[in-house]
Amino acid sequence: MPNDIVLSMRNISKSFPGVRALHNVDFTLKSGEIHALMGENGAGKSTLIKVLTGVHPKDSGQITIAGSAKEVNIKSPQEAQNLGISTVYQEITLCPNLTVAENMYIGRGTYSFVSWGKMREKTTELLEKLNIPARATQQLSTCSLAVQQMVAIARAVDMDCKVLILDEPTSSLDEREVEKLFSLMRELKSRGVGIIFITHFLEQVYEVCDRITVLRNGELVGAYDIKDLPRVQLISKMMGKELDDITDLKNSRVSHVRAGTAPVYEAKGLSSAAGTRAFDFKIDQGEVNGFTGLLGSGRSESVRAIFGADKITSGKIFVNGKPAKIAKPRDAMKYGIGYLPEDRKQDGIVDDLSVRENIILALQVMRGFFRPFSKAEAEKFADEYIKLLGIKTASSDTPIKSLSGGNQQKAILARWLLTKPQYLILDEPTRGIDVGTKVEIQKLVLKLAEEGVSVTFISSEIEEMLRTCSRLIVMRDRKIVGELTQDDMTQAKIMHTIAGEAAQNG
Amino acid sequence: MAKRFQRLRKSQLVIPLFALLLLALFNLIRDPSFFSFNITVNNEGNSVLSGNIISILNSASELAIISIGMTLVTASSRGQDISVGAVAAIAGSVFVRVLKEHTINWPIILLAFVCACLVAVLCGAFNGTLVAGFGIQPMIATLILLTAGRPIAYWINGGATPTVESPLLGYIGSFIPGVPIPTPLLIVIVFAIFVSLVLRLTNLGLYTQAVGINEKSARLNGINAFGMKMLSFMILGICVSIAGCIGVSRMGLINHETLLLDIEMDAILAVAIGGNALSGGKFSITGSVIGAYIIQALTITLYAMKVPSTAVKAYKAIVIIAIVVLGSPVVQSFFLRLRNKMFPKPAKVEEKQAYAE
Repeated sequence: MPNDIVLSMRNISKSFPGVRALHNVDFTLKSGEIHALMGENGAGKSTLIKVLTGVHPKDSGQITIAGSAKEVNIKSPQEAQNLGISTVYQEITLCPNLTVAENMYIGRGTYSFVSWGKMREKTTELLEKLNIPARATQQLSTCSLAVQQMVAIARAVDMDCKVLILDEPTSSLDEREVEKLFSLMRELKSRGVGIIFITHFLEQVYEVCDRITVLRNGELVGAYDIKDLPRVQLISKMMGKELDDITDLKNSRVSHVRAGTAPVYEAKGLSSAAGTRAFDFKIDQGEVNGFTGLLGSGRSESVRAIFGADKITSGKIFVNGKPAKIAKPRDAMKYGIGYLPEDRKQDGIVDDLSVRENIILALQVMRGFFRPFSKAEAEKFADEYIKLLGIKTASSDTPIKSLSGGNQQKAILARWLLTKPQYLILDEPTRGIDVGTKVEIQKLVLKLAEEGVSVTFISSEIEEMLRTCSRLIVMRDRKIVGELTQDDMTQAKIMHTIAGEAAQNG
Repeated sequence: MAKRFQRLRKSQLVIPLFALLLLALFNLIRDPSFFSFNITVNNEGNSVLSGNIISILNSASELAIISIGMTLVTASSRGQDISVGAVAAIAGSVFVRVLKEHTINWPIILLAFVCACLVAVLCGAFNGTLVAGFGIQPMIATLILLTAGRPIAYWINGGATPTVESPLLGYIGSFIPGVPIPTPLLIVIVFAIFVSLVLRLTNLGLYTQAVGINEKSARLNGINAFGMKMLSFMILGICVSIAGCIGVSRMGLINHETLLLDIEMDAILAVAIGGNALSGGKFSITGSVIGAYIIQALTITLYAMKVPSTAVKAYKAIVIIAIVVLGSPVVQSFFLRLRNKMFPKPAKVEEKQAYAE
């Protein structure tokens, strides 16, 4: 076995009740390489990582570390850590109620006594070195999601690791933060750390990675050098089909707005307790528009205000031209508005309930407390949408938490489609899900618009919004700074709109 | 049939049913006459059923009813109401107070019960407001009524321990003439049917679970989370007042210090033994009711074994530890691994097909 191999996994298999997550998967990581682990949702990436880090015991297969022929049996994350395998998971796994310093050092070492001063000192040093805008004594929950993620990475980095696993670390970071993370990754690479990088952003893969391993449906497709695998081929390997579908979508942006009718939804001077400035907004029937802006610019807060998710502090609302009162989500639902929240885990799924119950939830609530669907009715609805959206689940009785991220997202989407909304708000529906599903969702949005449904679409990926929206509302610092339509809608123009305002302020 | 068995094996009722079976088996070996039924003639001259089984079913009635409500509170508020015993004393006192003021007949008993219910529901609303409105942890919030409840009960009847003499009350507390089954057991059956109808005809179950599992998401789907928590505490109030009135009817008096003393602990235990997570979310009311009967069966078994009543609680604790540990995720996954090792599963053909599309 060559010496520069830091990790070798052979014939790894793992099954969960009803799902075969991994089947005879091989994976090799060399020191000083950044290795992308790619695959669609449910391909087995996260499971492979969890087997490696001892979260799930493997059913069969061997793992060897650092070139030694001796097989290791990793039974717990602690053990993996001791072997020099550190992980930063997709969802933040730190303790929000502890301070940054405590989070950095919790569960490390075998000491019985803690030197708080020293801990704070070392944390401050590391935070400064990595340019993380947080104080050691700050409670973690008061940091932004991005900073929390960076603290998690800093914690992993500090643990002298040979293998660093980054599971979707960039999905909540903005561009500058991603750049910072990449420079950190490159530095670690030069020190000989092997990095496993899981992401859905293809650009990022081609920016930092050296090799790619592709999984599909729990099986290994292959491992490739980055220069041997152009983007198009990577995608077709991940999806197991040709790529016409993706290119198809490019020019389908047509406005379906019908002239002469009152806007489906119109707000004047709307603001909410979550801290958006009062804004005006309207959407016509069959229109797809979007809110864009940097992370924290207030795009999510704006759509939440439309749905009444936060306390409304001011504003007049008109639905189909008539004055309407939307104070809570239930009100918005009565007016045929649906809202797919940004944070799927926190605000979207009800994780212990079945896929079926999750799908029918919104429609059931609209129908009323005293009129539950019969089991047969609920099953019919669920099965219809599981088939329509291609949700991969063992049955409609399976708890939604055992589905992969993209399939959970599809189920939440099904929940709102089932209510037959006239206006659907989708906040980051494609975050953290695979290319194939992304394209499906974009197509679905366009199809809905064709059928006369109005859609507000938010995405961090500007290309995606350019493809689907016919009007973009640009936000910065919690207020609307511009509106772009048709020909104005280019990446450059959007950047300019955000930056132009920045120049005036600075 | 095989499928139904499969589903049962996966359900949370396995452990409680198994425990109940084990308990029955133990008694069968120890003394088969434990299961004998007798027809005896009681003081009022009715021929009624008696025996250990009847006495288990009868004496667990209050606990079974309260654990139904406790299950809902646990599911929605992710915590427990520890004031149920004290509130039962309040409800019982109100019941007695109303009866004392009138000549006792059926309408007056009904009136007294409704008054007791109202007061208990009010107590539930008080707890619910603290929990759902002010976000106080349920155990802390209900600690207030746990402490204040029995003194309030004392005050309602002006400090006395009044007795109410009426054969009608005896009908509720023990037997209706001509019916050989104890009335409290009948009340449990009627109430259980009522609750299962409510669960079937409304979305109480779905909403409660959604609120308990992910309150934010429930709210964004239009569910009134505050209302659901409030409702669960108020339903528990109704359960508690029924239990309190049964307790009073059994004795024919109200002792505010001892009526349903420590029942909160048994009710929480019943919920846990029934396989329900005390951290809320998914629930099974059947499980809790079985849990209640397990606790009572255990007590009666211990009495039958001539364990002194002062030591019963210690023995009970040992058995309960065993049941709870048996149902814990650690032991469960150990059994699962053991089974997979002993009976390796055949290759899964159907699952492959499910993903073929």
